[in-house]
Amino acid sequence: MNWRAIRAIVRKDLKVVFQNKGVSVPLIVVPTIILIALPALAAFAPALQGVPGTPFAGLDTFLQQMPPALQAQLAGYSESQAMVVLVLVYLLAPMYLILPLMVASVIAADSFAGEKERKTLEALLYTPTTDRELFLAKLLSAWLPAVGVAWAGFLLYTTTANLAAWPTMGRILLPNAMWIALAGWLAPAVAGLGLGFTVVISARAQSFQEAYQLGAVVVVPILALVIGQAAGVLYFQVGLVFGIGLLFWAADAVLLWFGGRIFRRSELAARL
Amino acid sequence: MERKPVIVVQDLTRRFGEVVAVDHLTLEVVPGEIFGFLGHNGAGKTTTVRLLNGILTPHGGTARVLGLDPVHDGPALRRRTGVLTENPSLDERLTGRENLSLYADLYGVPPGEVPRRTEELLQFFELADRADQKVGTYSKGMKQRLALARALVHEPELIFLDEPTAGLDPVAARHVHTLIARMGHEQQRTVLLCTHNLVEAQKLCHRVAVLEHGRLIALGTPTDLARQWVRSHRLELEVAPDSLPMAQAVLQTRWGISNPLLENETLILTGVARETIPDLVASLVTAGVRIYRLTPQEPTLEDVYFALHGEDRAPGPPPLGILHAGPDTKGRKR
Repeated sequence: MNWRAIRAIVRKDLKVVFQNKGVSVPLIVVPTIILIALPALAAFAPALQGVPGTPFAGLDTFLQQMPPALQAQLAGYSESQAMVVLVLVYLLAPMYLILPLMVASVIAADSFAGEKERKTLEALLYTPTTDRELFLAKLLSAWLPAVGVAWAGFLLYTTTANLAAWPTMGRILLPNAMWIALAGWLAPAVAGLGLGFTVVISARAQSFQEAYQLGAVVVVPILALVIGQAAGVLYFQVGLVFGIGLLFWAADAVLLWFGGRIFRRSELAARL
Repeated sequence: MERKPVIVVQDLTRRFGEVVAVDHLTLEVVPGEIFGFLGHNGAGKTTTVRLLNGILTPHGGTARVLGLDPVHDGPALRRRTGVLTENPSLDERLTGRENLSLYADLYGVPPGEVPRRTEELLQFFELADRADQKVGTYSKGMKQRLALARALVHEPELIFLDEPTAGLDPVAARHVHTLIARMGHEQQRTVLLCTHNLVEAQKLCHRVAVLEHGRLIALGTPTDLARQWVRSHRLELEVAPDSLPMAQAVLQTRWGISNPLLENETLILTGVARETIPDLVASLVTAGVRIYRLTPQEPTLEDVYFALHGEDRAPGPPPLGILHAGPDTKGRKR
């Protein structure tokens, strides 16, 4: 494996990707909302108690919809504390997964479909890299920053959440075992899902925008997790996070195997 | 000592759906040769370059390039070839220097040599003063020079140039021509030049292959092809001004040329068969025409190309009576 060539492609892709406003703007805006704005708002959650139209209008009723195990987790807290824990630890957890998903999808769309759009793929195909090296380099270009952002985001979220929760909780809330599993195990798998899906889409897409828009479909499983938890169908605890991670890793393997079959020099050159 | 061919192609074939892009192509290219690939757009030139570099797989036939099989030894082969693609294929968000360094890494130039090699190329291609600016700000000629520099960054033995002067202004094109000539004639590198610029091919190539719909329809030196395919000549006939009406009359009555082109008091006769020239001159002299100058123009590759494609090269008087028909199609190479 020619790691020097792989590193060179990864470096190039990242440099090129972050000069595209279509890529860099969402990479700033979305993390700011998910990692700072939403957890900061949780500081005001106790003030929302009884406000009509919010889940906090009648917390008792809302909590009754939650799985019994989650109710047990919140049993020792006051109403205000339970509300903060519910929001920061559980309800925002699946939202955090949007981060690695989005970063991987956006970069992969630029790296795979964008390369075609910019007409830079042909020169790359003429280099002595093997198909496997080229594919791996392209995968790492998207996956490494997605995992990096997810882990840096985990630290940022933990800090913001603890600061927001401190007036109500009076103690450090995060990280807990579930969030460590979320960031360490599930987030890389979710990045892989966004990546694999976009790679497959990009094989046919002719532009970054097309690949990015079609690739947005992959957010559906994450939205299902957000809605599922808010509706009390499931709640994020270590076992569930591990199980979902397993499913996502399996999906990644299938998508990347399929992507690897599409990403062949001869196939790519035939479509130039 | 006979030189071992750099490229040996036998019955190479590649299809895209129903379209046969390269059709049983057979040829050889020897070391140090500037070999031209001529043809219309879609004739199969670019596809052949892709096949010879192992980035497309053939549907039939075989190829050996630098002694390697492009299908199975693609990476090893591409380490020794350099390709200027038809589109410069440069990362416009990177600087010129970054583009060269990237490809130096990809082609395995020793890391310690990369800065020196890129600097030398930037100097050689007169891009040093813009080296640290984004390629998106470069002119088309600068991009083409940078793409050429990139193709040479690893000092390849065999260079493929796909339409190297397409879209360039005459000054930039001349600059590229000088570089190609230097690579071939001075540095003894083998160059495969794809072009539909016939003047360029005539000027630079030792031998040319003419492709049509993926088929090889002619192969040889420009001079050989001209002899083989172009039987009629263009003549410049300068006569004394008072002889001009008589000359025109003789040309019309005796040779069927009603309105020969008149440029700077010189009659331009096209389509004259070589063996009729003495009789033509004799008839003019007999009629009292005072001839100052008669210059047969050597057929160019352009004449060959149009003869091969069965098209008139230029408007002019109808052909003379003894003109040869088109070349014998049995002589066509496939």
